[in-house]
Amino acid sequence: MTYLRPEIRHPESKRNALGYTRQYYEGALSTLCAGCGHDSVSGAIVQACFELAIEPHRVAKLSGIGCSSKTPTYFLGNSHGFNAVHGRMPSVATGANLANRDLIYLGISGDGDTASIGMGQFVHAVRRNLNITYIVMNNGCYGLTKGQDSATADEGSKNKSGHVNPFHSIDLCGLAIELGATFVARSFSGDKAQLVPLIKAALSHQGFAFLDVLSPCVTFNNNPGSTKSYDYVREHMEVTAALDYVPEKAAISADYGEGEVCAVTLHDGSQVILRKLANDWYPSDRIAAMKYLHETRQRGEILTGILYLEATGRDLHAMLNTHRRPLNALSEEDLCPGSAALERINAESR
Amino acid sequence: MVSLVNDFVIRFANVNGTGSASANTLFAKSIFRMGVPVTPKNIFPSNIQGLPTWYEVRVNERGYLGRRAGIDLLVGVNPQSMPNDVRSVRPGGYFMYDSSRPLDKSLIRDDIHYLGIPMILLCQKHFEVPRVQQLLKNMVYVGALTALLDIEMDVVKQLVIEQFKNKEKLVASNHLALELGFQYAREHYECPLPIRVQRRNNVGDRIMMTGNTACALGALYGGATVAAWYPITPSTSVVDAFEKYAHRLRTDPQTGEKKFAIVQAEDELAALGIVIGAMWNGARAFTATSGPGLSLMNEFLGLAYFAEIPAVLIDVQRGGPSTGMPTRTQQSDLLLAAYASHGDTKHPLLFPATPTECFEMTADAFDLAERLQTPVIVMTDLDLGMNEHLTAPLRWDDKRRYDRGKVLTAEALERIQNWGRYLDLDGDGIPYRTIPGTHPTKGAFFTRGSSKDEYARYTEDGEAYRRNMDRLLKKWHTARDLVHPPEFFQPKPQHPEAIVFFGTSTYAAIEAIDELRAIGIELDAMRLRAFPFCQAVYDFIEQHERVYVVEQNRDAQMRSLLLIELGVSPQKLIPVLHYDGLPITAASIVGQIVKHHPAAAEWLSTNGHSHVLT
Repeated sequence: MTYLRPEIRHPESKRNALGYTRQYYEGALSTLCAGCGHDSVSGAIVQACFELAIEPHRVAKLSGIGCSSKTPTYFLGNSHGFNAVHGRMPSVATGANLANRDLIYLGISGDGDTASIGMGQFVHAVRRNLNITYIVMNNGCYGLTKGQDSATADEGSKNKSGHVNPFHSIDLCGLAIELGATFVARSFSGDKAQLVPLIKAALSHQGFAFLDVLSPCVTFNNNPGSTKSYDYVREHMEVTAALDYVPEKAAISADYGEGEVCAVTLHDGSQVILRKLANDWYPSDRIAAMKYLHETRQRGEILTGILYLEATGRDLHAMLNTHRRPLNALSEEDLCPGSAALERINAESR
Repeated sequence: MVSLVNDFVIRFANVNGTGSASANTLFAKSIFRMGVPVTPKNIFPSNIQGLPTWYEVRVNERGYLGRRAGIDLLVGVNPQSMPNDVRSVRPGGYFMYDSSRPLDKSLIRDDIHYLGIPMILLCQKHFEVPRVQQLLKNMVYVGALTALLDIEMDVVKQLVIEQFKNKEKLVASNHLALELGFQYAREHYECPLPIRVQRRNNVGDRIMMTGNTACALGALYGGATVAAWYPITPSTSVVDAFEKYAHRLRTDPQTGEKKFAIVQAEDELAALGIVIGAMWNGARAFTATSGPGLSLMNEFLGLAYFAEIPAVLIDVQRGGPSTGMPTRTQQSDLLLAAYASHGDTKHPLLFPATPTECFEMTADAFDLAERLQTPVIVMTDLDLGMNEHLTAPLRWDDKRRYDRGKVLTAEALERIQNWGRYLDLDGDGIPYRTIPGTHPTKGAFFTRGSSKDEYARYTEDGEAYRRNMDRLLKKWHTARDLVHPPEFFQPKPQHPEAIVFFGTSTYAAIEAIDELRAIGIELDAMRLRAFPFCQAVYDFIEQHERVYVVEQNRDAQMRSLLLIELGVSPQKLIPVLHYDGLPITAASIVGQIVKHHPAAAEWLSTNGHSHVLT
């Protein structure tokens, strides 16, 4: 199937602080199925980057293999992209990040790419608190190979062919919280109002920002009986707190009722403001987050919003104490100790 | 017995984890300091404590540095391995043991000499702490050997001082232990033995270094900033050494910030993924591994080959297949490394033979990987990597500049009109690449392991795929003239037969060539230093009627590479193989080559190998 995208845009399209239109943040036309949740997530990424006025060339987008991992082609066409091998995006992103700490890293993966073949790399990227926004487009199935259950498919969930999944599912958010991720959130591709500020907050977070986005597969897993269908997710969403992302540190305005608001200042000075907090839950309480997650799950609900947020964690560069200048910008004078130092080493070896 | 001045093999049989390593190293180094070439080799178990371990030192003033079979003197302080140790001494040789307790009668041979030194009794008399007694027992036998082999005591003592630097008490106790052994040997045996050391001036300015340390220094000098690895014998000490020297030479003295990053990855897959990510993003990065790790890295090697991302790997080969012999040496990853990953893939390989070359080739590997935009694998082995070798001092030309290859700067991107990531503008198959973040609007592209056209756009068009594969082959041909040419041991071919070798087989091969000449077999020689093979390799083989290919594996893997890549006649290439896990010996090479020369074979069977060069 070929698509033609209209090139004509309204001459007075809204421009961001850099003078770019939203169009500048788009990519190639999607080749995913019509109605695929992933396209909505791509749209939310475009919107978030446009609103944040990110310079596209300062973003590196990386992915693994699968339907979700195709999406980086469909957004941020002016950014460098890297389609790695299946399940191995986290290691490539780790190397890229070590080479240049100044870029923004956006990792895109799927439930197969992360929860099965890439589980080993995912958990280790989390525990290193790699500075990356890591989005899983989670549809509970393998789309490209025609709809096999993935490891995030819920026990008892029925797929299109009527097969009922007998296995426990892996909750990637619960796992990320357990492993020490510093930003953990869940959202739904169909809820742009929630998703866009979450992506903005994640991109502004320094450390591992994990977003599990339920993103239904219209072709293989959108049937009655599936717990990853549009209808099911819509009907079972519960929200930890409504979220506002405020680009700069600002006084919390008066219309938030007292006791219902929590503001978290991120590393770059921007703020995440959470309203109407659920009882007994605060964003930086890891144990409460786990409890809340388990409780909603037991009730058959899907907990969304920010689940856990710790803005002060040390990322991989801090842990390794690497130089503040990007390693890829160091010159030969910085790197090569020269012949005199080598002569000393020779002398020590006699 | 004939005098064996500066020409003998001594083996130490120890229990691992008992501190014998530093005493044995001290012994070898004192001979090196007396100007006599030595080759120490660790023969150790895959174990941390309690199993037998051996340390073998070949002393050879003529400078033959390969392993030699036949033990002239064995220091046996491990009861576990003693029956075998006694058996391993050549007739007329010596067996030194701890005579604190009498030697079992079953261990007495009437064709060797016994040197009893009451090591533990002497220690108990002079040192209080049992642990110290055990440790210093090793120094007692070094002291006894100093007397018996006529080693200069001042040299040994000086090495102790250097080893313990400012710890005066340790120096004093170690010196005392040396003296105890020395005096006892003097009083009870006729010193020196016919086996002995005499000062020479035969090591020149050479140094003693392991290949792994040299590789690490090569990476440091080559500008590597990211090292990602997964622990595996025998490559672990590459990263250990990189960390040691990087910490010393690349830490900001003011802030303590590091101009390098080392990540111990979750597995070898991730280790190479990190390297690829870093090099994609413009840093120089490497990983060090061994066969099992290289097996795991196959998937990523295919990606880096096809997406054309530089990477540097150091494969310190060990005995395979599978877990194989993890603490023994082999050259058996050649075919795996050369064609790693599915589909049509080929990777440049470098074959260092000495620590000096480990240093040079590792540094060069970064230039080659970036110039060719592909993974380059430095193929060393356990023998080279973990044993100290007498080697030329490391040199660095301060005028040398890193070759970053065809990387477009922001200014270049401004100028260029028609840029495609996979466009072959120069006709050498090497396209131009860009680093993320270089230019606000130009040079961004999508890196992928799937088929793409010249402009990095995904395509399933068969013609575009073929054009890309053909360009990669053209790049491969370009590589032939960029990698290290072979070393020839004669200005031009002189004999109908030739010998080809590479890596650590070189030491034994050079000795074998001399031995074969002594019994009338003349060979031309070529040392391979890299894959792909350049024209000169082909020509050399074509110029000879018969070519012996020496390698340390069962399946003649280098011979296969020569056959596959050069299309030479299989009858012409005669495999000379060695694969018991210990380094190859000249005797093994000579024994296999004389089979093709009946007269020499007969002479050898009558006179014996040990008389070839005497």
